[in-house]
Amino acid sequence: MDRHLLGRFLRPVLMRLVQALLVALIIGALGFALMAALPGDQAFRLAAARYGPDMGDAAAAALVHRELGLDRPLAVQFLDWVGRLLRFDLGHSLVTGAPVLEELAMQLGYTLALAGVALPLSALLGLPFGLLAGLRPGGPVDRVTLGLSVLLRAVPAYALGLLLVAVFSIRFRWLPPAGFEGWREFILPALTLALGLAALSARVARDSVAAVAASPYMAFARWKGLPERAVVLRHGLRNAAIPVVALLGLQLIGLVEGLVIVESLFSWPGIGHALVHAIFARDVPVVQGAALVMGLIFVLVNALVDLACALIDPRRPRAAA
Amino acid sequence: MLRRSLGALGAAALLARPALGHAPAVARRSGERVLRVVAPFEFAGPDPARSGHVFARMGVGEMLLGADPEGRPVPMLAASWSGSPDGLLHRFLLRPGVRFHDGSPLTAEAAAASLRHAHAAASPLSRVPVATIEAAGDAVLIRLARPFAPLPAVLANYASMILAPAAYDGAGRVRAVIGTGPFRVERFSPPLQLDVGRFDDWWGPRPAVGRASYLVVSQGEARATMAESGHADLTMGLQPVTLARLRRSPRLEVLTLPVPRTRILKLNAASPLFADQRVRRALSLAIDRHGIATALLRNPAMAAEQLFPPVLQGWHLPGPPPRRDLETARALLAEAGWRPGGGGILVDAGGRRFACRCATYINWPELPPIATALQAQFRELGIDMAVGIGNSSDIPRGHRDGSLEMALMARNYALVPDPLGTLLQDFRPGGGDWGAMGWSDPALEATLRALAAAEGDPIALRRQAARILGEALPVIPIAWSELAVAVNRDLAGVTVDPFETSYRLHDIAWAG
Repeated sequence: MDRHLLGRFLRPVLMRLVQALLVALIIGALGFALMAALPGDQAFRLAAARYGPDMGDAAAAALVHRELGLDRPLAVQFLDWVGRLLRFDLGHSLVTGAPVLEELAMQLGYTLALAGVALPLSALLGLPFGLLAGLRPGGPVDRVTLGLSVLLRAVPAYALGLLLVAVFSIRFRWLPPAGFEGWREFILPALTLALGLAALSARVARDSVAAVAASPYMAFARWKGLPERAVVLRHGLRNAAIPVVALLGLQLIGLVEGLVIVESLFSWPGIGHALVHAIFARDVPVVQGAALVMGLIFVLVNALVDLACALIDPRRPRAAA
Repeated sequence: MLRRSLGALGAAALLARPALGHAPAVARRSGERVLRVVAPFEFAGPDPARSGHVFARMGVGEMLLGADPEGRPVPMLAASWSGSPDGLLHRFLLRPGVRFHDGSPLTAEAAAASLRHAHAAASPLSRVPVATIEAAGDAVLIRLARPFAPLPAVLANYASMILAPAAYDGAGRVRAVIGTGPFRVERFSPPLQLDVGRFDDWWGPRPAVGRASYLVVSQGEARATMAESGHADLTMGLQPVTLARLRRSPRLEVLTLPVPRTRILKLNAASPLFADQRVRRALSLAIDRHGIATALLRNPAMAAEQLFPPVLQGWHLPGPPPRRDLETARALLAEAGWRPGGGGILVDAGGRRFACRCATYINWPELPPIATALQAQFRELGIDMAVGIGNSSDIPRGHRDGSLEMALMARNYALVPDPLGTLLQDFRPGGGDWGAMGWSDPALEATLRALAAAEGDPIALRRQAARILGEALPVIPIAWSELAVAVNRDLAGVTVDPFETSYRLHDIAWAG
């Protein structure tokens, strides 16, 4: 590999690694501080989450308090977490007693599977309409997709999810409204997520295609006599794809927000569902672990998006050419 | 290029699949039909004190004793039991030939070790005055520091589950659920799913159902839809609003059964607002229980004019229930020194407004609407009650630090099948986290003590306890509960246990 490529690809990777380390520390500290600042007594919360309301009383809370050493100073508890993090040990869930790493691995599997279906689905739903709309700005496709996008973005994920359940589970009985046994259970949660995301990606794709379509290099490509197909494929799509790919990466952040709601709505055992429950129960190691994993995924996705954009960008220096 | 990046995302999705798919695929591959139970409550970890309710209901774990439909103890892992005349030494003779799911035999040592574990955990057994638990031959001996009549009922609680020695790690924590029940754990994925398969070496008759799964679906509407659409065979905890619709479904049978759980209003009798018994009686008289039961619970029979529902025989008092009576309520409040003030809110002689805050929680979805109904009904008396919806732990915590004024809660009087086990906690001197607050009554304490020591006529003592609680109203009963279950008509032999200790899967068969 020549030096140019090394600088182009290796340096960003190193930068991202440093970024990942900083993100881990900041998230850990923030998570810990926020959980400590929340109202409510941690031992009582944990007792309720562990033993249910009927057995979650002061005696159970006292037992939890003693077992977990919750009277240690906060600084000591935090340093304990950092120390274990350095040994790649995220500790044990205070509610279930299972290793956090084990729980997160399972939950992350479910979440990635759902996101892995939702994201391509959103691209499949949103991009073709965005492309069509962008090629004829102001045309009927553009106006209809604008209306649909506004509507889908305005409806919160839980309302959209309930609507889909009402239609596909209750009215037509085609799809199960909850569970995670097989592919049929994927459809409704993935569609709920994908519709919200597609609304945005369709608009970004439309703007991007419209801007490219009106650009001088497209006009020049036509003037120099390239057939329309080649104009769109070689000059149009590639330039228009850069902001769209960047957006797909950004959408992952929006996806997490949607996941928290969609996973709870559809009883999906993913990381968003776990995070919400862990926050309610004040299960600090799980909250820190989940936040850490999510933060690191953001860093990774950002790095991949940068890399993808660099590869797509037609302005890259062609070392081989 | 765009396609390439999408392809990468697709690949990521495919990579994530194996982590997801292994166990559900196994459950289907075996070819045997899986009985799917759908229920509202999540579970946490393998410790019976935390998740034993699920293991017991799914037939994975068993206790020394069970309970019959009247709540009386019946043999389970203990074939017989006896107590010494002074009520201090109890001997439980084990059923012979019982094996754990790992093949190891049930021994008195193993049973005693499990009970000692339960006694050290947050369990009903930890509240029993136990001196020692030890093995003696084929029997478990429990020595008490003082007599405690509901001991057999406490041993029927899920937290007193007997697990194999291999279920515990070196530090005594539960690491795996290795029970003795008719079903063994095939996949345990807290907090949402448990898959079980038939245990062929069970001591009872071979169950007809080979595989079952327990799936948590917390939304009531989603549970109803799963039952309706055939995605659940046994759907637990149906909400009242969905029942009429489910009853119309040809593929379902809907069973409802009264259960000993009462929605009550806990009052801080140490607060100047509720110290006066006349005020507590006025509040009780102002509640339109019939309206709440009819509109919110869709069953007028759930109106609770007394703490104990008819299903708790011996505790339930006969006689006509008192009705809503705002006139008497107003008169009682006036007697207690409260008169109408500005904005229609009552004030006392010192000009203090009758304003309070009622805490409730969402584990039982009907509690917040009931709280707002009470808010409106108390407002008619001139009481300004705010409703705070939070975590269930706010109630024991507010009880302990004295900050709680009022709480609307659902209390299970059959967590231990003998209500006495719960009442001794809730109405002990100084009050209980889920019972009285700032209130105690020597006559009630003496009655409960006599019941615990098995002295005197238990029926008369129970009625006396119920009468004292009904007159003094340290907690005000609002509504009783029923358990509604939707059963797939493909199933035969389904019965519902009012104590919710078991789904009795071993009695169920596929029809036809």
